Amino acid sequence: MTAGEKKEYWRWEESCWIDESKSWRDAKIVTAGIDVGSVSSQAVVCVDGELYGFNSMRTGNNSPDSATNALKGVLEKSGMKLEDITYVIGTGYGRVNVPFAHKAITEIACHARGANYMAGPSVRTILDMGGQDCKAIHCDEKGKVTNFLMNDKCAAGTGRGMEVIADLMQIPIAELGDRSFDVDVEPAAVSSTCVVFAKSEALGLLKSGYTKNKVIAAYCQAMAERVVSLIERIGVENDFFITGGIAKNPGVVRRIEKLLGTTAAKTKYDSQIAGALGAALFGFTLMQKQAAKAA
Amino acid sequence: MIANYGYKDGSGEYYISIDTDKCIACAAGRACMTACPKQMFETLIDDYDDEVMWIKQASRRSLAYECADCKPSGGYTSLPCMTACTPGALKHSW
Repeated sequence: MTAGEKKEYWRWEESCWIDESKSWRDAKIVTAGIDVGSVSSQAVVCVDGELYGFNSMRTGNNSPDSATNALKGVLEKSGMKLEDITYVIGTGYGRVNVPFAHKAITEIACHARGANYMAGPSVRTILDMGGQDCKAIHCDEKGKVTNFLMNDKCAAGTGRGMEVIADLMQIPIAELGDRSFDVDVEPAAVSSTCVVFAKSEALGLLKSGYTKNKVIAAYCQAMAERVVSLIERIGVENDFFITGGIAKNPGVVRRIEKLLGTTAAKTKYDSQIAGALGAALFGFTLMQKQAAKAA
Repeated sequence: MIANYGYKDGSGEYYISIDTDKCIACAAGRACMTACPKQMFETLIDDYDDEVMWIKQASRRSLAYECADCKPSGGYTSLPCMTACTPGALKHSW
């Protein structure tokens, strides 16, 4: 970083991964799911209904470009071309702007399907903590949505809100969760339900003598309380699973678990790819149905 | 599927719940569409290829205001959308 250059504390780590043990060349059906969210974009490629690779990156100011760049990462790493993919489904906020998608499906259905794959068929309640909205979803054992609720009216309780706090505290966003536990006494939640006002309140707390960790703890608690009030409207049925970037923040996840009196199911996969993964799996099912009709 | 459209803000929770299983082959002939004075309801083919009702995107973040005229102080004794929906698919949270 050069002098005068502003450090981006909010910037989370982008990732691209390929399962080297699988070969897309041997697969009968290759499908892709592209989740263009308000903050992040993901591309997932599945081979015969199994996760093969993904790319997760920040959404730019142009949805078609974000979708193209997200998929480009997986294609370059795997040596695949767009023509090698049988079917592409777009999802997320920018789902209708994925230029190479054959179909668009809402992120609600895709997150449920993705969570079903990532944490198993016993998952019944999903909390998707996205970049600029929050969704509570109930699903059945096949990952089909049975009840959902979303709040996209304000950014409080979302990933963007956490980015704002990371920047304000000048602490890398990946460290916020762990630092929120480094407090003598758990503080009361930040009272504001709006990110802009929460920022002002956080500044006021710092001035009153709160340590940075204590302010972060107060914000994590506020975020947990906010999403719990949302999810309680549809009820929590185990297993419970959290998707989206905030699922990587233990400061929020453990506080949600405490408030709900349950533990979130664990997964070996990146929680941010749930929507794109669900979209790719929807594509696989569609292709299977088409093949069965043709036979 | 129960679809909840609306929001929660500092003033309260404003959700309209639609039981979309009751919307498929609606016995009331989609009467909610014409009953709503603000015409907030429209049909949609959902992710599972069923034709169901939903709340127009433009109205979802302002339900407290959009529905205000139909609430008791607006002169209606019962909500027009819920009265029209004889299968009982609609509910207001407030």
